[in-house]
Amino acid sequence: MECFTCVAGLGAALPGANIDTDVIMPKAFLKGIDRSGLARGLFHDLRFDEQGEFRTEFVLNRPDAQGVRFLVVGPNFGCGSSREHAVWGMLQYGVRAVIGTSFAGIFADNAANNGLLLVTLPSEELLMLMEYVGNEPAELTVDLEQRQIRGNGLKTAFEIDAARRRALVLGLDRIGETLSHANAIRTWEAERLQSNPWLTAGEVA
Amino acid sequence: MTAPRTLYEKIVDSHNVLTLSGEGRDATILLYIDRTVLNEYTSPQAFSGLREHGRKAWRPQAALGVVDHVNSTAPLRTNHVDDADAQKQIDYFATNGKDFNIEMFDVLDARQGIEHVVLPELGLVQPGMVIAAGDSHTTTYGAFGSIGFGIGTSDIEHLLATQTLPYRPLKNMRASVRGQTPAGVTAKDIIMHLIRTIGADGAAGHALELDGDAIQALDVEGRMTICNMAVECGARVALMAPDAKVYVYVSGRPRSPSPELLERAKASWAELYSDPDAHFDREVVIDAADIAPTVTWGTSPDQAASIDQATPYPHEMPQAKQADATRALSYMGLASGLPLADVKIDHAFIGSCTNGRISDLRDAARVLKGRQIADGVRAIVSPGSSSVRRQAEAEGLDRIFKDAGFEWRQSGCSMCLAMNDDVLSAGERCASSTNRNFEGRQGSGGRTHLMSPAMVAAAAVMGRLTDVRKLPALEI
Ligand code: SF4
Repeated sequence: MECFTCVAGLGAALPGANIDTDVIMPKAFLKGIDRSGLARGLFHDLRFDEQGEFRTEFVLNRPDAQGVRFLVVGPNFGCGSSREHAVWGMLQYGVRAVIGTSFAGIFADNAANNGLLLVTLPSEELLMLMEYVGNEPAELTVDLEQRQIRGNGLKTAFEIDAARRRALVLGLDRIGETLSHANAIRTWEAERLQSNPWLTAGEVA
Repeated sequence: MTAPRTLYEKIVDSHNVLTLSGEGRDATILLYIDRTVLNEYTSPQAFSGLREHGRKAWRPQAALGVVDHVNSTAPLRTNHVDDADAQKQIDYFATNGKDFNIEMFDVLDARQGIEHVVLPELGLVQPGMVIAAGDSHTTTYGAFGSIGFGIGTSDIEHLLATQTLPYRPLKNMRASVRGQTPAGVTAKDIIMHLIRTIGADGAAGHALELDGDAIQALDVEGRMTICNMAVECGARVALMAPDAKVYVYVSGRPRSPSPELLERAKASWAELYSDPDAHFDREVVIDAADIAPTVTWGTSPDQAASIDQATPYPHEMPQAKQADATRALSYMGLASGLPLADVKIDHAFIGSCTNGRISDLRDAARVLKGRQIADGVRAIVSPGSSSVRRQAEAEGLDRIFKDAGFEWRQSGCSMCLAMNDDVLSAGERCASSTNRNFEGRQGSGGRTHLMSPAMVAAAAVMGRLTDVRKLPALEI
């Protein structure tokens, strides 16, 4: 995954609450067995009409929104289905960070696992940022080292879980990290399954 | 003496392999996962990832795979689907089962069904377990007093490779549903009422424990409906303390522990409750008497009202909700102030992991017996699993559905997310026993009203959203 330290680019606003992963990546794009081809699916039904033409009124289709890197979003963004395709599609489209007041849990984990930065801000600060990019997409810098979002005359600090930040900055192989504890897991597991023998009842070896 | 703990904390503690970083409530731990269930659409890239790194499944017998999302529900089953991409997913899924030594049920298997229906009915969900799976409705297993939570594909790969997940424990929330629910009010109405009350993010970041006499009074299937849909108010985990009803449910099933093992297990399950002084970060109390049959009018599960109410006027709503409500009403093609009971439907759907179990089909059949669906309505029932389907046929429910004009389908997710060929056309309106009314969920431009199976049956009969209490149930 691409590491994240400091990224500059255009930010755009998607203010609605509860924007769900069905809207972010409709089911028509869930039929792959790899991760490819998902940029087209991102917000598909909002971006394209029934004829496959751009819906000009949708923010990402505006001429001045081309190359958007950041989305400033409403509360509970990414709720609904666990489909990681939503995060893959965002990254493939070019989105590097999503800034909001709250994110759904599975979506947040998926984002962390793929290097999509989610920034959680208090409502008042989010509102300021929403106004900044609301009328027209505007340049922002999201700095993970400094934990700051900067724009023209705008500076906001944010907090992020230390483990998540480290993974984003270093682009770690999380499975490899966990497997460095393989012996501990084996020992713990053997003890648990032995002292709770009903747990493995019904398993087909 | 240890400090009082919530049920959630007890189960997390019993699955804590080691601490990865931080301490106390801020610790990230390595959480052991007892079991997982896989489906054909969120797992393929996880298996590809394992292959790329030359990794094996850590404990393949702790996983079960079920084809449920993309398969057809046409009455005549074949292993073939017309959609080439879906076929590829089904084939790759089977290959992965073989190569990684994981048990898989294809659509021809007599045990096939929706993952969250299949796992419990086999007896594979036990109190006190931690189950993570690549589907948000894994919360269902909270009905057994086990932690179930949804994960994405990267974490499926992590889980398959290590049997663990790095985990930041959630905060604790409790919703108590007190008193007796009025007649005609089901588990679905309880959870829809809760979601409507606390909002689509009302339990975000929390493990939501549900208790109170109205919950205890429910059978295990009703409790599954509630825990299943708790994710629609943002709960990553839903939990209910297991009781004697749960113990009975988990015994005597094809994969249940033997009676001797069950006796031993019960001693440990008896500890699965929140200590009296345990700390909850948030608490809500719901009076069961306030709950009425509930339907959604919008495109988020919290945009809901009692069937005897009307669609809202957005300008009368809190400021923060106005724009979303306006957009939702426009998408749904509904004016403000319209009595919900006047909303006409084109489709009726009964099924899904929320309401596709035998008790759900019985509820609907009770309403349908001796009645006919309205002209112009297309009505489908897709049992939650092949076993549920057989059971329903043994009870003669299939006849009742068919006589009423419903299509009696095979099991699968079907119109819950319409990844197969059961799809709404743009503008069509569906009364649905499913869990999500998102834009396009049942088909691009399709309009979904969520409600209980009995309410779907009533809507199908009347051709419009209907208070089931006005259609007296007949004995079956
Ligand atoms: S029935 Fe619906 S919610 Fe349940 S697993 Fe299938 S698609 Fe998901």
